[in-house]
Amino acid sequence: MSIFVDKNTRLLVQGITGRDGSFHAKQMIEYGTQVVGGVTPGKGGQKFEEKVPIFNTVAEAVKQTGANATVIYVPPMFAADAMMEAADARIPFIVCITEGVPVLDMTRVYLYVREKGSRLLGPNCPGLISPGESKVGIIPGRICTPGPIGLVSRSGTLTYEVVYQMTRAKMGQTTCVGIGGDPINGTNFIDCLEAFEKDAKTTAVVMIGEIGGTDEQDAAKFVKEKMTKPVVGFIAGQTAPPGRRMGHAGAIISGSAGTAAEKMQAFEENGVGVAKRPIDVVDLLKRAMR
Amino acid sequence: MNIHEYQAKEIFRKHGIPIPPGEIAITAEEAESIAMSYGGTVVVKAQVHAGGRGKAGGVKLAKTPEEAKKVARDILKLKIKDLPVQKVLVTPAADIATEAYAGIIVDRASKKAVFMVSPAGGIDIEEVAAKTPDKILRHAVDPRYGLQGFEAMQLGFFLYKDVKQARAAAKILQQLYAAFVASGASLAEINPLVTTPTGEVIALDAKMVVDDNELDRLPEIAALRDESSEERSEVAAREANLTFIKLDGNVGCVVNGAGLAMATMDLVKYYGGEPANFLDIGGSSNPEKVVNALRIITSDPNVKAILFNIFGGITRTDDVANGIVTAIKENPLKVPLVIRLTGTNEEIALKILTENGLSAMTDMDEAVKKAVALATGSKVA
Repeated sequence: MSIFVDKNTRLLVQGITGRDGSFHAKQMIEYGTQVVGGVTPGKGGQKFEEKVPIFNTVAEAVKQTGANATVIYVPPMFAADAMMEAADARIPFIVCITEGVPVLDMTRVYLYVREKGSRLLGPNCPGLISPGESKVGIIPGRICTPGPIGLVSRSGTLTYEVVYQMTRAKMGQTTCVGIGGDPINGTNFIDCLEAFEKDAKTTAVVMIGEIGGTDEQDAAKFVKEKMTKPVVGFIAGQTAPPGRRMGHAGAIISGSAGTAAEKMQAFEENGVGVAKRPIDVVDLLKRAMR
Repeated sequence: MNIHEYQAKEIFRKHGIPIPPGEIAITAEEAESIAMSYGGTVVVKAQVHAGGRGKAGGVKLAKTPEEAKKVARDILKLKIKDLPVQKVLVTPAADIATEAYAGIIVDRASKKAVFMVSPAGGIDIEEVAAKTPDKILRHAVDPRYGLQGFEAMQLGFFLYKDVKQARAAAKILQQLYAAFVASGASLAEINPLVTTPTGEVIALDAKMVVDDNELDRLPEIAALRDESSEERSEVAAREANLTFIKLDGNVGCVVNGAGLAMATMDLVKYYGGEPANFLDIGGSSNPEKVVNALRIITSDPNVKAILFNIFGGITRTDDVANGIVTAIKENPLKVPLVIRLTGTNEEIALKILTENGLSAMTDMDEAVKKAVALATGSKVA
């Protein structure tokens, strides 16, 4: 079992002929993901890697392939349109990898996608992987291994780091989800925690946060109130100087709201094990699952 | 991206918001002649990307042109939060009856642009929010419809009992929303929004922060960037498409991804070192980016060791390896280099590095420990 994607996921790739889209489409196919189609306007009728059909529009692709998920690799100025096009075509699960989507675009996309009833993951996220079943996005497949632990993270490469350390310690994963670091994203920590709580195979959850905002604090409260499974966490940005931006729009410390110290305290107060270093996640998990 | 008060005021004016005139001076003499042209009392205001200008002595009243010259000279010598003041705005002093606050910001929680207004303006709005939360009214704007007239009026009446003033404020709020959207802003603020003794409602200050992600499609806004008021190494990094923040330590860090970059800095500190910078080379990094990253880091004389921490996903580690090799060939390093690299195309990357006499580690903790030891001159534990 897993959350959001599994071996029945039939995936479209929007932007399949671009530099990043084509590279990662290949990697997903190699991993075993069912990539059933690609979308690049103007290249409809062609084939990707001589087997995956390319369509001009998402609507046409859905009609022809019965896709139930899509992953977006289009440039930032076109990403909002791509997400809405996917939602309009009633694709239930939309993953947007694109980094640099204007936040005002996201205020509109968020409402649009919700009204169409789709789930959006991202933007500016690495996607997700259910090891051994399906990989959607850019998380390197070989650092993951099937197992009982769910992982949700706001970061990209830091996710890989933690997953890599877990896999080295023989702690496999049900699903690893990167929700992205932008101020407005489609899926948050609580959505993933809720899904992991319901997932029969998941026995413990890792939550990787970073400075900025209050999502981690809200998630910690959710853990205490609604979850029966153990949750451990790490927060990046413990040494970040206050008031400075560290790359992600989400990683802004404003006043006291959103510092690493504040988040780690919220974790502690709500029974979420706190890792000081990424590697400590492994020991905390071992202890929590005993 | 931050823009200056005078630039934000220009944008607000274009959208119809009533704002007193003002001109920019870069010398005390210019300030004097601007003050002379206005006659009467003027305000001289430092134009820097920092809050708390008033408290730092960057905003002064001047009753005569001579006084304007004197205060401008003082202000142009100031550094506010480490930023040198290079320009002052000279504007006629307004008679103030009341001071209010009006701002709009993109809110993570409601996932909308949210207005905040308060009749208690002129001071730090965060303080008002903490001490007297009932004096703040918030309104989340539905992006599909914008700020409707009746919504603006609700906010207007929260600020002013007088219907004329409430209407004037409502109009200003709708204009502020238009300016906010048209400029791709993540924050737009009027503090204070004042009433004059004759009952007019006018904006005396203007602040705007633009979403960096909008700049590609808003060239006229992007052109407002004032590089002279930013840290030089940060400007160079931005031109090379890198996210860089200079810090005071001696371990130079080159990392892909903001989260891993922060975690790497945390780990440097954990093992007893101090990071010299935050540097995120981002995804899809080509070798050129790595060359630029190394150039920027090595220009900091405090850096005693350089640590690469690359976990390839969308970033191909062979691109990074090629970049490192090219950079070192162009400019041999004077400080030790520790490379930690794993993920996408790792085998190719390792081959490139070994062929060029370099080596890489796969464990993050070990690499950080080694870099810290090299920077501080202690033995590797």
